This record gives sequence, structure tokens and C-alpha cells, in this order.
Amino acid sequence: MFLGISVDHLIFILRGAGWTLVLSGMGFIGGTLVGLPLALARARGGWMVRSGAGAYIQLMQGIPLPVLMFVIYFGISIAGFDVPALVAAALAMTAYSSAYLGEIWKGCIQAVPRTQWEAAECLALKPLQRAVYVILPQAARVAIAPTVSFLVQIVKNSSYAVVIGFFDLTYSARVVNNSTFKPFVVFTIAAMLYFAICYPLSALSYKIEKRMSRTIES
Amino acid sequence: MEEVVRFEGLVKSYGAAQVLRGVSFSVHAGEVVALIGRSGSGKTTALRCVNGLESVNGGQLHVCGRAMHKGNINLAELRKEVGIVFQSYNLFPHLTVQENIMLAPRKVKGLAKGEAQDLAAHVLTQVGLGDRTNYYPEQLSGGQQQRVAIARSLAMQPRLMLFDEVTSALDPELTGEVLKVIEDLAKDGMTMLLVTHEMSFARSVADKIVFMHEGLVCESGPPSILSNPKTPELKQFVGNGF
Repeated sequence: MFLGISVDHLIFILRGAGWTLVLSGMGFIGGTLVGLPLALARARGGWMVRSGAGAYIQLMQGIPLPVLMFVIYFGISIAGFDVPALVAAALAMTAYSSAYLGEIWKGCIQAVPRTQWEAAECLALKPLQRAVYVILPQAARVAIAPTVSFLVQIVKNSSYAVVIGFFDLTYSARVVNNSTFKPFVVFTIAAMLYFAICYPLSALSYKIEKRMSRTIES
Repeated sequence: MEEVVRFEGLVKSYGAAQVLRGVSFSVHAGEVVALIGRSGSGKTTALRCVNGLESVNGGQLHVCGRAMHKGNINLAELRKEVGIVFQSYNLFPHLTVQENIMLAPRKVKGLAKGEAQDLAAHVLTQVGLGDRTNYYPEQLSGGQQQRVAIARSLAMQPRLMLFDEVTSALDPELTGEVLKVIEDLAKDGMTMLLVTHEMSFARSVADKIVFMHEGLVCESGPPSILSNPKTPELKQFVGNGF
């Protein structure tokens, strides 16, 4: 027993941390799959496409994540399907991430000079070819730092999944607390675990940003 | 001789501002035409209409047998035949020199990798940069980058090449190497339309000079018009140098 917490309790909390990683990963991948087309639509689409994408982004950025989770979780069960909390949470994280990643990446795409688009166009490359071979590789360089930075937000905000009963790190910490009544110790352990996941990502983002600015200067 | 480009009273406006007010001139196969004029005279706009970067509002423009003013042109097909080199080179910074050149032939014309590499080596040698295949654009000087840009356009084997003030962004000592490449292309019979400020170059390489002023062709003719301008506008533009 360490400060009232047994090894079994610790392992239980670690299992929760594992699910936090799973949910964060799903949220990021989903956010990428939806966010990238959104970014392209916002950066280069026609008026209608841009407005539609913009409306979606405004909506998702205007609703708190826990509320979004509730709406999706209970909305799906009202529609007659019974989904585990992980699925509903992953859908909510996808909707949430895609809105922010879409905006970040739109900015990165727009950071690529218009002259690059023109040069690619004048070599007879088709629109998709221009995006894939010329623009996105350049946008990606600029996008890495803010994307990794947002990944940290995804990990932290995944803790909202607790409201729909998803067994993540926060949830597992609460369960252990309810059985040991040692909230300070338990939640400090949870905090340290979140930090252990997030800090390497932040440090990586900072290093990448430094390396990028050195390249630009030289 | 076949007309590769024919402007007939071309009109182009940006909103209320009329940039081109009835431009008429042509470029024949194998001809080198230099388009000169003050900033704002519309010469760059006229050039950009040729490969469809700018749309046409009135008059007629025929390029490689296509009626640009009709507005339903397959631009990708046109740009396989019309190459353009920009003032700011616009090389793709994330690709090597060789990859820059190989991209369009491979993706647009479907060339195999080996063929494309041979083609790249050939055009790079043509512009005098055969030993720079694996360099990145940022490792090259401005003049070298511009020559790579020319090679990149050449790799698509165009019928017509457009040059938009390609030496204006270069230091004077680098201008010479680029002009030499363009001169060699002219000798090889490439049909070219150049917008340029290099008067002596225009004089020595061009077959025809077209002087634009305020959206119209003010005077045109062989390079000798630079030393014997007829119109007051061209007299003023050329000044005392010629």
C-alpha cells in the first residue's frame, strides 16, 4: 500500500489511461479524416462549399464538448441503436477535432503562396494533383507544430467522456477514489499520468517549431 | 507562317478598370516577340491571357488553334502546349531540381520514371545545369533557379513559351546566364512571347517588338523601332538610350 493506494488500484487507473490513449487516437484519426477535406473546402472551395464547411466549424466550435457527447450518446440511443460509450465519445471527439484541425490546416494551406498553385496549374496538373504533389507537402511542414499542439488538447479534452460513463483515465480515477476515499492522492496520480502523456507531445511540438524557424531563417 | 497567338481587339477589365482596351498583335511559329511597356500598360495581363491565367472580357484571342474568348477551353490541355516562366521562378521548394522537372511529365503525360529522368537530364544540360540534379531550389542562386524553371517548362515540350519578366528579380550579374538560355532557345526555333524590361536583349533576340501603352498596342515592328520610335509614347519610354 502506498499512501492508501494499492498496486491493483494503480493498475486499474493505468487501464483507464490506456483507454484515454485509445479515445484520443480515435479522435485524432477521425478528426483528420473529416478535417482535411474541410480544410481543403475552406481554403479552395467555391462559395457554397466554403459556407457549408464554415457553418459546420462554427457549430462544433460553439458547443461544449461534454454537451456534444451527451447529444450524440443519447441521440443515437433515441434513434434506436445501442452504442457503447466509446463509440459515442469517439464520434463526439471526431466532430470536435475536425472543426479545429480543419481551421488549423486551412491556415496552413493558405500559408502556401498562391504562386505555387499557379505554377502547378500552368504545368497542366489537375486540381487533385496540385493539392497532393505540390500544396499539401508544403502545407504539412507548417502544420506539424500546431497539429501536435492540438493533439495535447485532444488528450486533455478526452476526459469529458467521463460524463457518458466512458472508462477513461478520469473515470477510473473516480472509481478508485470512491473505493479508497483518498481523492488527493488518486487525482494527483491521474494528473501525473495525463502530464506524462501530454508533455512529450508539447516538447515535440516545441522542438519542431524551433527547427522550422531555423530552416526558414537560413 | 502559322499564327500561334493572335490577339484581336482584346478587352480585359478588373471590375470597373479596363486593363486591356483592344489589344491586337500576333506571334507566328518560330517567332520571338518581345512585349514591352511601362508598368501598368497591361503587358503582363496580356501575357497571362494567353495561357488562361486571366479570362477574356471582349475581343478575340486565338492560342494554338483555340478560341480563348469562347471561355470553354480545356486549360489543362492548352497548358501542355503552352509553357510559362514566372518572374519569381516558383520552383517547388520541397522537391529536388530533378523532381521539380519530372513531376508534370510523369503525372500529366504519364512518362515512366526512367524516361522522365532522362528527359530531366536532357533539359537540365540544355540550360547548363546538368550537375545540379539533386540540389534543392534553396541551394541554388536566383539565376540557377530561373534556369531550372525554364527547364521545367521545356520538359513538357511546349509549342509556345511565355516569359513574364523573368530577369526582373535577379541581380544584374545573374541576368546574363538566363538571357543566354533564352537566346539559345530562340536559335533552336522555339516560339516565344516575352514580357521584358531588358531593352538590349529584346533588341538582339526578338524578331518583333510590341510596345504597349495604357492597355493598347501603341507601336510595333522590328527591333529597329527602339532606335527610331515613331510614336511620342515610345520615344518617351525608350528615352535617350537608343
